[in-house]
Amino acid sequence: MTKCIECDANIPVPADAVEGEIVTCPDCGSGFELVKGQDGFELKATKTVGEDWGQ
Amino acid sequence: MSSDLSILYDNIRWEEKALLEAGKKKNINIQMVDCKKLFLELDKKTKLNFGTVIQRCVSYYRNLHSTAALEGLGVKVINCLNTGILAGNKLFTHMLLQKEGVPTPFNTVAFSQEAALEALEKIGYPQVIKPTVGSWGRMISLLNDRDAAEGIMEMRERMYPIYQIYYLEEFVKRPPRDIRAIMVGNKVVAAIYRYSGDGMWKTNMALGGRAEECKVTNELEDICIKAKNAVNGEIVGVDLMESNERGLVVHEVNNTTEYKNTVRVTGVDIPTQMIDYALQSKK
Repeated sequence: MTKCIECDANIPVPADAVEGEIVTCPDCGSGFELVKGQDGFELKATKTVGEDWGQ
Repeated sequence: MSSDLSILYDNIRWEEKALLEAGKKKNINIQMVDCKKLFLELDKKTKLNFGTVIQRCVSYYRNLHSTAALEGLGVKVINCLNTGILAGNKLFTHMLLQKEGVPTPFNTVAFSQEAALEALEKIGYPQVIKPTVGSWGRMISLLNDRDAAEGIMEMRERMYPIYQIYYLEEFVKRPPRDIRAIMVGNKVVAAIYRYSGDGMWKTNMALGGRAEECKVTNELEDICIKAKNAVNGEIVGVDLMESNERGLVVHEVNNTTEYKNTVRVTGVDIPTQMIDYALQSKK
């Protein structure tokens, strides 16, 4: 579990999470990238949708 | 140490994680490569230790350019640059599908606003206007009449030049769904119906549509093999509509296909099949 940078809600981190994975805040919907920190994963602000994304 | 396989990504979605898990289960040496952290010296002929690269970048431009660089440096990338170029553009794909005898919707292209309006007067409304490059249903609009066409085109005139290529598609009379068929090599491994969300006509899952399993018939598989071959693809997602008048028509081939909903609905282990295919196709 980690705290949302935007709204401070708890964001669950999956047990099988991998670095670079995108997690979404269940309260405010903001998306973050998981990066490895000293005590497990930390959140990094990231682009969660781009104009040229998708298939 | 050299990898057997690399997954080249810019975002780890369900699909990329599933590929990693499938590789781990097979006990192969698989590495995750974050394209956002990657740089390549294009003139150095040093051996790169990626093994076969499964291209999974969600950004079209990052995907295309990283494939070009890696392939140029001698790395096997799935799908190849040629597929990325051809499948990444709806008009390019359409012409190749036509050449291969794959049924498609009827499309028209015009190269200015005036020519597009003239074309619409000739072919009649409604028509769907699509960017030749784009995904998730973005910038796709239904043109019911001249007022709508003029409004949409007026906006497109002020956008990036790709939007001044006026690519028009018949509004195919069909059930409120389309088909996404996932091909690994010469086999459709699974297919789903994608139903439009409430009050919507587009069927993109990204827009809230729902999915159901679609039985893979010989007819569906035959069309999909031809469509895949038309763009020199290896692992692709073929999008089809069921025209009331003409049966199955292919409107798109995806070179970095999403497949989460297909796995969820059909239970087919697509990531493992992708890994197996990539291992077999190693240079």
